[in-house]
Amino acid sequence: MSIDKDKIKHTAKLARISLDEKQTESLSKDLSNIFNFIEKLNKIDTENVKPLTSILDHTLRAREDKVTDGGIRDQILENSPSKNEEFFIVPKVIE
Amino acid sequence: MTDITNNSLTKIVDLIKKKEIKSEEVTNAYISNIEKGKKLNSYITESFEIALKKSKNFDKNPNYDLLLPGIPLAVKDLFCTNGVKTTAGSKILENFVPKYESTVTNNLWSEGAFLLGKLNCDEFAMGSSNETSFFGNVINPVKDNTVPGGSSGGSASALAAELTPATIGTDTGGSIRQPASFTGTVGLKPTYGLCSRWGIVAFASSLDQAGPMTQTVSDCALMLEAISGFDPKDSTSIDRKKENYSKKLNKNIKGLKIGIPKEYRVDGMPNEIEELWEKGKKILKEEGAEIIDISLPHTEYALPAYYIVAPAEASSNLARYDGVKYGFRSSKGSNLIEMYENTRSEGFGDEVKRRILIGTYVLSSGYYDAYYLKAQKVRQLIKNDFDKAFLKVDAILTPSTPSSAFKIGEKKNDPISMYLNDIFTVPTNLAGIPAMSVPAGRDKNDLPLGLQLIGKPLGEQTILNLALLIEAKSSFKRNISKWWEK
Repeated sequence: MSIDKDKIKHTAKLARISLDEKQTESLSKDLSNIFNFIEKLNKIDTENVKPLTSILDHTLRAREDKVTDGGIRDQILENSPSKNEEFFIVPKVIE
Repeated sequence: MTDITNNSLTKIVDLIKKKEIKSEEVTNAYISNIEKGKKLNSYITESFEIALKKSKNFDKNPNYDLLLPGIPLAVKDLFCTNGVKTTAGSKILENFVPKYESTVTNNLWSEGAFLLGKLNCDEFAMGSSNETSFFGNVINPVKDNTVPGGSSGGSASALAAELTPATIGTDTGGSIRQPASFTGTVGLKPTYGLCSRWGIVAFASSLDQAGPMTQTVSDCALMLEAISGFDPKDSTSIDRKKENYSKKLNKNIKGLKIGIPKEYRVDGMPNEIEELWEKGKKILKEEGAEIIDISLPHTEYALPAYYIVAPAEASSNLARYDGVKYGFRSSKGSNLIEMYENTRSEGFGDEVKRRILIGTYVLSSGYYDAYYLKAQKVRQLIKNDFDKAFLKVDAILTPSTPSSAFKIGEKKNDPISMYLNDIFTVPTNLAGIPAMSVPAGRDKNDLPLGLQLIGKPLGEQTILNLALLIEAKSSFKRNISKWWEK
């Protein structure tokens, strides 16, 4: 299967990754090869197979709905590339 | 006392318990090795100050009842460590300092160990050669210009070079076992859910498991005992009593049934690997195990299914790196969307971008059924293969990898040939079952080769016991010359 450059550009848009022409070209080549390799799966009939969504036999545990953590705003903000005393700062969203 | 770092972890623990050596001496010995071992590029961050302080504290106030009393340990840089930079081998986390500690590292510290440093790895654990790290290639101490395997390449390299007495890595498709095989060390991927994933930088959540990487099988049992256990903070953690793997370790394997899957005999596999496999069978047979031919018919579909499931989960997990709350942010872009796009373009390396795009594509509208759903169904078939086999056998023996360590650069531009490295390790991640690599021989170029033991769910003790025998009978010696110190 071929993943052409338009498909790469569309997918990169969805993934929020900007690509230049050279990267688009080489990713188109790589992904086409990888999807050719993946196509092998079409050889098996999975019509009546249930998809495996979890390998554990227990269902995911729900915890009690109470606060166990928090009040660490300043610590959380420390790792942000752009912030003031209380908030993360991002480029202007509303004109 | 000669060089303390020549000893296994178990031996060092023993010497500390007998008060024959102090934690500070052990720590200084490893620091000296690390300083002489920079050429290997196995460390991203060193935390010597912390280590020396903790070792002095231990010596002043020792507790010999712990599993890892006064032991300095470096860990893969995928485990969040409170107050110590955690990069996942990526530019996007180059300056990230977690405010919390992963459960598995916390378990190590509760048993008396302390952090020596953070070890290099493929970016976000995506790679099989440690060539995708933002912090550069790692060298295999076995031979210059050779890869240590990946993604836990820095862990394997530091361990084999005696720059840490033991370590932990993570394994999503072989990232503990393949580097262990390439460096002549022991590596174990536990049953999914045995070790908590809380605080580990996520790659593919339904496949990721943390596990020990050690010089010997006894060390492996000890480390697994330390890191495993129920954690309410990981919703997939298995709630059960902690096992005493090291105490129960023994060589009595009489009557165990060992399966040999015919599908693991792949085209183009070197003769030495075939011979090594025969050697493994012979060892186990001589000790009273019964060798049984089995079939795992869907083996050839494991890798293609993995390359749908893992990138799909990765594309979702890595959506969080947006340059807002933590990590790198690009200075380019005039609005929020452009800021995201440039941050992710500059912050991620080529392999990570490749996998995010594969994952985004297979999950995108109109393709979900054809790819992701299909792969989940194939995953079920692969698990059924193992379930069926384990009705007849107690464990499965295979080679760990289809080749020995390769040269740096040799496979870098061919993603598929790189992916094929994990052909023997990926099926167990898809099935969630435990597997380990134990060094058992060498190829014609004198490079180490490992054998893989695959166990039933929670069958870690059985494969550890089998590995203990293979280790004892195969008489493998690492014999690394420390050429990098010259």
